[in-house]
Amino acid sequence: MLRLEQVSKNFGGLPALSNVTFPVAQGQLTALIGPNGAGKSTLINCITGVLDPSQGSITFQNREIAGQPTHIISRLGIARTFQNLKIFPRLTVLDNVLTGLTSEGGDSMLMAMLRLPALRHRERRLRLRAMEALDRFQLADKATWPAGILAYGDKKRVELARATVGNPQLLLLDEPVAGLNAEETAAVGEQLRRLRSSGHTMLLVEHDMDLVMELADRVVVLDSGKCIALGSPDEIRRNPLVLEAYLGRTEAIA
Amino acid sequence: MTSKQKIFYFIYLHRTGLTVTGLSLALLLYPVFENNPYTLGLTNLIAINAIVVLGLNLFIGYAGQISLGHAAFFGLGAYGSAIATVTFNIPAWPAMFLVAGMVALVALIVGIPILRLSGHYLAMATLGMNFVFHSILLQWDEMTGGPSGFAGIPYLSFGSFAFDDEIRLHYLIWGFALLALLLCLNLVRSSVGRGLAALAGDEVAAAALGVDTRKTKVKIFVLSAILASVAGSLFAHTYSFISPDSFDIFVATDFVIMVVIGGMGSIWGSLFGAGLITMLPEWMDIFETYKDFVHGGLLVLVLLFLPQGLVSGIIDNIKIKVTLRRRKNAET
Ligand SMILES: Nc1ncnc2c1ncn2[C@@H]1O[C@H](COP(=O)(O)OP(=O)(O)O)[C@@H](O)[C@H]1O
Ligand SMILES: [Mg+2]
Repeated sequence: MLRLEQVSKNFGGLPALSNVTFPVAQGQLTALIGPNGAGKSTLINCITGVLDPSQGSITFQNREIAGQPTHIISRLGIARTFQNLKIFPRLTVLDNVLTGLTSEGGDSMLMAMLRLPALRHRERRLRLRAMEALDRFQLADKATWPAGILAYGDKKRVELARATVGNPQLLLLDEPVAGLNAEETAAVGEQLRRLRSSGHTMLLVEHDMDLVMELADRVVVLDSGKCIALGSPDEIRRNPLVLEAYLGRTEAIA
Repeated sequence: MTSKQKIFYFIYLHRTGLTVTGLSLALLLYPVFENNPYTLGLTNLIAINAIVVLGLNLFIGYAGQISLGHAAFFGLGAYGSAIATVTFNIPAWPAMFLVAGMVALVALIVGIPILRLSGHYLAMATLGMNFVFHSILLQWDEMTGGPSGFAGIPYLSFGSFAFDDEIRLHYLIWGFALLALLLCLNLVRSSVGRGLAALAGDEVAAAALGVDTRKTKVKIFVLSAILASVAGSLFAHTYSFISPDSFDIFVATDFVIMVVIGGMGSIWGSLFGAGLITMLPEWMDIFETYKDFVHGGLLVLVLLFLPQGLVSGIIDNIKIKVTLRRRKNAET
């Protein structure tokens, strides 16, 4: 579904990604792991057009997307979350989730200003879907709150609800459980499990190895911008290069 | 639900429609209670300013951009209608729409390059645009009448019914203002509006949600220019006389102050901001004499203490307090 081919990215001459090649298969959860600064977020930014890769090709459903504008890539059905939360604090929780349906709401300003019955009808349908998404993340009772006053864990879940509400073809998640407590982590894990069993294709960046090893079909390991290993969770667990990359930095791998 | 809850829920659900209906009724009856032409003239001016401010608030408050040049679009509308009707003898109503269309084109041509800028650079570019426009008004006196202004602009009329006194003008101008209000309220309650709010919040996040950030900014810029142009046409047909002073950079900054006072991203606040800043000099002479200082001071104070703007800043704070109290009550 998604293929990265020799993708490189330099920041002012310093390589953050060098010749990264791996596929993300349809219906699978691919985990992307690696120490801090390995280039995981940079990779997600390259896929979503937030950054233009310096070299290489990224194809999504056999279509070249490297260097395309972010909104075009989004409209192809690629949704994402951000490592540093990007929710809209002044909007209500419901409106935040509704922004995840922007592409489906139509972009004719004239139609919006006239608010004809057809549009009203569509708005109602979108709102229902947004409420369902809030339900899935146990946020329905906070739908009318300004999102800015939510606790950190709730904010993360608002972002997840926003990314998933439109049923994207491909979901890119940048550390969705970082900073969450055990209970919240379990709840998000449950949602990821559900998304996976309903056939969603996901690329998951995560440090929580229990979660990664349990959920991932394939694991890609990035270190200093290079792809050092690729395989099933079991293969990765036994891979000496991976152990070295992690142990060398005194980070344990489960 | 009890019947009382049902009533509250109905009011909550239809709050926008009900408020617009209430305001329309109040404006319909207003001339019955207030027939002093001077006061009516002032409230008419509020409505004209409000039309500009509504559009500008979409651009500043929703799309998160800045323009210190909207007096130019206001002026293009006013001088466009004046020149079209007096110099070229075009009937006033078609002239108004023709001019609005041309202003839209100008905004598109200006907007595409300058909206690549942001922040201070965009502020400077739009200020420069207004400055150039004002200079043209002063210099090109065969067409504009130069510093002494342009006189003899006809009233708008339907057949022999001319909008030539304050009460008739009240219905005309507030009719336009209410229409603009309704269109803007509809816009912000749609997915286009949520895209705009996303854009103001975070451009990267908005783009990742499928918002074409560059195109959206240009579209809203053009829309706000059209509203300013219509307001300008109404201004010209109301006063019969216009001069360059009504469209200089101080007027442009006053429009921004009205947006800020009303509150960035608050459609209703736009009406309040236009009202307050239009009325201030009337209420106290000191505001008239030291107008620019007072307006500047207000702007600084609001931005320091309520960066979201006065009205929406206060409303946001109330909303947060209420929600927090409710959360506390729910927990105990
Ligand atoms: N916008 C940027 N400009 C310059 N350097 C950057 C930028 N973004 C990331 N980097 C650098 O690229 C490297 C990879 O960062 P990142 O992708 O955030 O790592 P990870 O997400 O794996 O922790 C880091 O060395 C970081 O400092
Ligand atoms: Mg990262």
